[in-house]
Amino acid sequence: MKKSNSIWFNLDWITVLLYLILVFLGWINIYAAVYSDEHQSILDIGQKYGKQLIWIFAGIFLAIMVLTIDSRFFTAFAYHIYGITILLLVAVLFLGKEVNGARAWFEFGGIALQPAELGKFATNLALAKCISQFDFKIQKIRSYIVLVGIILVPALLIILQNDTGSALVFAVFVFVFFREGMNGMVLFWGFSAAALFILALLLDQFDLTIFLLIISLAAYGVLRQSVKEPMIGLGVIIGTFLTIWGIDSMAGLGGTPMQLILITTGINAILLMAYGIFKHVAEVWRIILFFVFAVCISVSVNYFYSHVMEPHQRDRIDQVLGRKVDKLGKGYNVNQSKIAIGSGGFIGKGFLKGTQTKYNFVPEQSTDFIFCTVGEEWGFVGATTVVGLFLLLLIRLVNVAERQRSQFSRIYGYGVACILFFHIAINVSMTIGLAPVIGIPLPFFSYGGSSLWAFTILLFIFLRLDASRTKNLR
Amino acid sequence: MDLFSKRKYLIIGLFSLVSLIIVIRLFYIQVIDSSYKISAASNVLRREINYPARGVIFDRNGKLLVYNQAAYDVLITPKELKSFDTLSFCHLVGVDKSELINEINKAKSYSRFKPFPIIKQLSSQMYAVLQEQLFKYPGFFIQARTLRQYPSKIAAHVLGYVGEVDQKIIDGNPYYENGDYIGRSGIERAYEDQLRGVKGISYKMVDVHQIVKGSFENGRLDTAAVIGKNLVSTLNADLQAYGERLLSGKVGSIVAIEPSTGEILVLASSPSFDPGLFVGRERSKNYAKLLSDPYKPMLNRAITSSYPPGSTFKLANALIGLQDGLLQSVRYSCAGKGSSPIKCTHNHETPLPLISAIRESCNSFFWQSFKSEINHYATPADGLDAFRKSLLEMGLGKKIGGDLFSETSGSVPSVAYYNKYYGAGGWNSLTIRSLSIGQGELLVTPLQLSNMVSLIANRGYYISPHLVRGIQQNNVALDTLHFEKHVFAAGASNYEMIVDGMEQVVEKGTGRTTAKLDSLTVCGKTGTIQNPHGEAHSAFVAFSPKINPKIAIAVYIENGVWGAKYAAPIASLIIEKYLKGKIASNRQHFEDAMINSDLISTMNIEHGD
Repeated sequence: MKKSNSIWFNLDWITVLLYLILVFLGWINIYAAVYSDEHQSILDIGQKYGKQLIWIFAGIFLAIMVLTIDSRFFTAFAYHIYGITILLLVAVLFLGKEVNGARAWFEFGGIALQPAELGKFATNLALAKCISQFDFKIQKIRSYIVLVGIILVPALLIILQNDTGSALVFAVFVFVFFREGMNGMVLFWGFSAAALFILALLLDQFDLTIFLLIISLAAYGVLRQSVKEPMIGLGVIIGTFLTIWGIDSMAGLGGTPMQLILITTGINAILLMAYGIFKHVAEVWRIILFFVFAVCISVSVNYFYSHVMEPHQRDRIDQVLGRKVDKLGKGYNVNQSKIAIGSGGFIGKGFLKGTQTKYNFVPEQSTDFIFCTVGEEWGFVGATTVVGLFLLLLIRLVNVAERQRSQFSRIYGYGVACILFFHIAINVSMTIGLAPVIGIPLPFFSYGGSSLWAFTILLFIFLRLDASRTKNLR
Repeated sequence: MDLFSKRKYLIIGLFSLVSLIIVIRLFYIQVIDSSYKISAASNVLRREINYPARGVIFDRNGKLLVYNQAAYDVLITPKELKSFDTLSFCHLVGVDKSELINEINKAKSYSRFKPFPIIKQLSSQMYAVLQEQLFKYPGFFIQARTLRQYPSKIAAHVLGYVGEVDQKIIDGNPYYENGDYIGRSGIERAYEDQLRGVKGISYKMVDVHQIVKGSFENGRLDTAAVIGKNLVSTLNADLQAYGERLLSGKVGSIVAIEPSTGEILVLASSPSFDPGLFVGRERSKNYAKLLSDPYKPMLNRAITSSYPPGSTFKLANALIGLQDGLLQSVRYSCAGKGSSPIKCTHNHETPLPLISAIRESCNSFFWQSFKSEINHYATPADGLDAFRKSLLEMGLGKKIGGDLFSETSGSVPSVAYYNKYYGAGGWNSLTIRSLSIGQGELLVTPLQLSNMVSLIANRGYYISPHLVRGIQQNNVALDTLHFEKHVFAAGASNYEMIVDGMEQVVEKGTGRTTAKLDSLTVCGKTGTIQNPHGEAHSAFVAFSPKINPKIAIAVYIENGVWGAKYAAPIASLIIEKYLKGKIASNRQHFEDAMINSDLISTMNIEHGD
């Protein structure tokens, strides 16, 4: 090639190849999922697989269109694209068509468009633009507020559409921030809060309080580099508890264990504060703060769970946490999905030989649960291959992102990788019962033009940016 | 600027870790855990049962007694139900709204995905209407079954009924499973294996809506249904119907046997019921009603009730005496009402020989003959042993049926029985004298009485009485059944003496007024059985004609006052009807009297058990 800045020369063909393979695999699995003897032609446009083929060609056309746009367009108009998308997200709330309880679609003469899909790359562009500004310092509190704002506006609008699953995707940008220098502790505390969230739902308040007491003591020991002090603390706590318990049962007050442990905790907090003041131990305050904070979170999680969440959301969480088994009711989808995948065995039942998906035991078998067809017909070998191909794509995207000269392109690239990662991880995990059923599609696989095009545009904007990686875009 | 490029490894690590967790999970559910494969098979495989038509039952002349009629069960798959107009549906199928909702809830608690019958045995008429409207009720579908139908409402006890299998049957026989039908009594029960045929099983692949998508493995595991075999019964349907009419208003039974073959011509028990009551949706209601009826209409008295035979037993007593050579030329005296230890109720010549004693039913004679039979042996115990053994050989006090379900044996008291009451050696013929006239501890069924007469009519043998002559496969090739022949050898001339005695009973003895026919020789014996609870029971046994007998009969009417009052006219009417085809005009009044008599409404019911 003579011209080194030619798009076709600089295009990352490995990613393009992975993209084409995945789209092709998606298409034949949609064919298998809805296959019936009456409609055997894979090109029948009256059937989903025929339509999907049209979406694929349209998607490839879109990709070529994106590649012909000057890369500076994306940096220059990042905020404009974001702004228009926000307007569309607002408009769809009033003008959209309601499908399955979610008002998330515009319909133009048979073609449905979902603004939430645009929200992903628009937000990604806006974040890339924002972070790559000269004067932007990610460690500042003010920066966090701006970034969280950019994420929250579309996320909240999508929640208003009753499409919580798609809104959750926006949380994944936290990994992009991490790559761009966000304090690792934020990520650590974020995960800790998530762990606490889950524990708060799994344990009752009494067990959780005891658990937090022990964690606090351990943390105190770590901070003070001492084993003796937390041991003494444990002894004091147990002693106080036994004393209070003794008084309670002697006097016949009938206090509940929770009340007793709260009194114990209160007394010990006062003792600890006195100790901190007299001995000038600063760590005491941090530990007390930690403990109070943790208790507050757990209480508010339980409040949120039982008072704010809708019953169907509670059910999904209960099923993932294993607190409720209901194979015929709410858990039907996941159970049938696991049966379909599990019955595939090591090498699968063979192409078009699946019974569970073909005979409609698995709901949404061509959209959200398309991975069931992979698992049933191609077995462990096929399912692992697909997961492996996705992982290859993600790693490739990270590596491509890292070779960018411009920070804008790198941030956008990480955004693409993280968005795809979230979709793949959650979608596959929900089909095998590792994650709650959140209605989000499997990229490039799931039936539907809107999601295929959105992922195609998302990916090819990055490939377009990568094709001019020698330029410094801002 | 790029201080944080090392963080790329953390992010790639996170991607890889999550992928690894997913792959491990996939390995677990796809390769290690096999339960999902079983669930998958139970999802798509449906075992379909093809019920063959049950065999029909004919009478001896080819008249239908039982046949099949199509009926329809309505099933629902709860998951596919949409809201529907319950009121108009209830109207279509004739059930209450509350009942319907109750059944739908039952179906839901059984399974949301599997079909469940909510309305059973809909008639063809209702089915025709419902079928046109069915598209309005998604989730509902109809399955055809066959029901037993009875062209004439006769022989309920003989035919028996068909009912759904219970858990005990399912546990005991691997052929049956939930929802199958089985013969529960009568011929339906005794010939269950022949009548039911073999159900066919086919495996189908179904989708989530239970819609069949094709056969499994090209039907390799499927079996074809085999239609049930037809039975030709020994009953004479017309005679059976006539017998049941004659019994109306009375508690009792009739058993008529063709002596030469042991084929049962009539086996009627009263009160009876319409066998059709056990079919269809009212079944359980009707069953409960019949069960609580104080006259126990479901009881087949002809083979499951045992009574003292009374004077009809004198024939057996005589036969044993003759076999032992004790009665051929003896004459015993009788003091009428002054006789001791048993008084005689009839006025007649004295002393008298055996034939006259049978005619006059002389108690004194048969007490003395019994005494001589017992004392013929070294001890009373030996005597009773021999006496009892002979009775059992005659088919009294034991089960004799060739193919009868729920027959009781009755009882002939044994030596051990009396030893228990009086101590060994503590009793003699006098102690057990009531046996001589068929009273006391002796209990036999009407079937056994009829069979005893059959033995006498045959002069020395009987064939196990039975209800089915042959089996038809596909309406061709009669497979004739054979039943055992039992001999009681007492000498041909001895049998003739008893037959002569029986002839005289009807000609000029206790049966002359009500059992005598102008056109036929009837040989019979009356019995009047003392009953501490009310009027005496009325019994009559007979056969006809004297030479080459065609019918042997026993009639037993509870509280029938005396033998000649009800049992004898009924028995003679049956004989006349069977052998002559119609009732002579001078006997028409007997027929009217029997059909119109009503003993039940005046009877004292013993409530209990």
